[in-house]
Amino acid sequence: MIIAQQKPIKDIAEMIADCKKVLLVGCAGCVTVCLAGGEKETEILAAALRIMRRLQDNPLETVTYVATRQCDPEYIATMDNLVKDVDAIISLACGVGVQYIAERYHDKWVVPALDTKFIGGSKVHGVWEEKCGLCGDCVLHRTGGICPIIRCSKSILNGPCGGSQYGKCEISKDVDCAWQLIYDRMKALGRLDKLMEIQPPKDWSKSRDGGPRKAIREDVMIG
Amino acid sequence: MQYVPNIRIVEMPCSGTIDHRVLLQAFEDGADGVFVAGCMEGDCHFQKGNYRARKRVNAVKKLLDEIGLGGERLEMYNLSAAMGPRFAEIANEMTERVRRLGPSPLKKQSAGTMEKEGDVA
Repeated sequence: MIIAQQKPIKDIAEMIADCKKVLLVGCAGCVTVCLAGGEKETEILAAALRIMRRLQDNPLETVTYVATRQCDPEYIATMDNLVKDVDAIISLACGVGVQYIAERYHDKWVVPALDTKFIGGSKVHGVWEEKCGLCGDCVLHRTGGICPIIRCSKSILNGPCGGSQYGKCEISKDVDCAWQLIYDRMKALGRLDKLMEIQPPKDWSKSRDGGPRKAIREDVMIG
Repeated sequence: MQYVPNIRIVEMPCSGTIDHRVLLQAFEDGADGVFVAGCMEGDCHFQKGNYRARKRVNAVKKLLDEIGLGGERLEMYNLSAAMGPRFAEIANEMTERVRRLGPSPLKKQSAGTMEKEGDVA
């Protein structure tokens, strides 16, 4: 899922400092699961902003809504009647949601309440970790299910660097060396020979180097 | 057992059901201070409810500091249902603290209904 975290509340308050009424839109997708922008977080942020503004003798009216997913325009459209009389829309989605809302409501001031951090998973409840580098050309079948793109600090593709010591990365003793993990797992699987296969240079044009990406499935397109 | 008459008790099935929103609502509705009285640590019938409550109270205290209301207006205490005198002591202690802090600045304005749930049915 996409992992996001709420911006400092003072930063959010500053973005809507000149507004009298705002719509806060949560998202029931990834940001609900990572506890950053679901129904609960949306209501907490709304309450906090109201209190903050009342303390400044400048009351703020809030409306809250949670879209099924902000990354699907059809769910953005469900809030058309809520945006009409608000001065700004605060999106508690990832950057995708903020942009879809801004695209639909051209005349509205749309601001992000979250910082979109990474693609990852829940290690334990309350701790999320980055697991995928979105490179567009998965290599996990060659690396024992451990991603060298994002879990190696240098995204090295041919083994550990000189900064690997006792299984840890030189950037921090809390960070495992991905290539140590890859080697250990491939060894345990009896597939070390796979690591010896010569690989062509990785095609980074499938990653961000190729500009904004699009995925198309013509067989499911409507119309 | 006697304690100050200015306290309104809101009963919850377990302090672990305390939610950030409930605490913030109390302040929005005009409470000068709020204290959460959970069971003794280690005595939770649901094992971890009071520990979770404390974490949430601490998170809301931090939020209250950030938004300018002040985290001192909120506190978590642990005591059992059999500790009446201790409850009275806490009630008086918290009342004293809130008196020292003064009335909630949110009372300057009426606690009107400035919130609305989105309805797009």
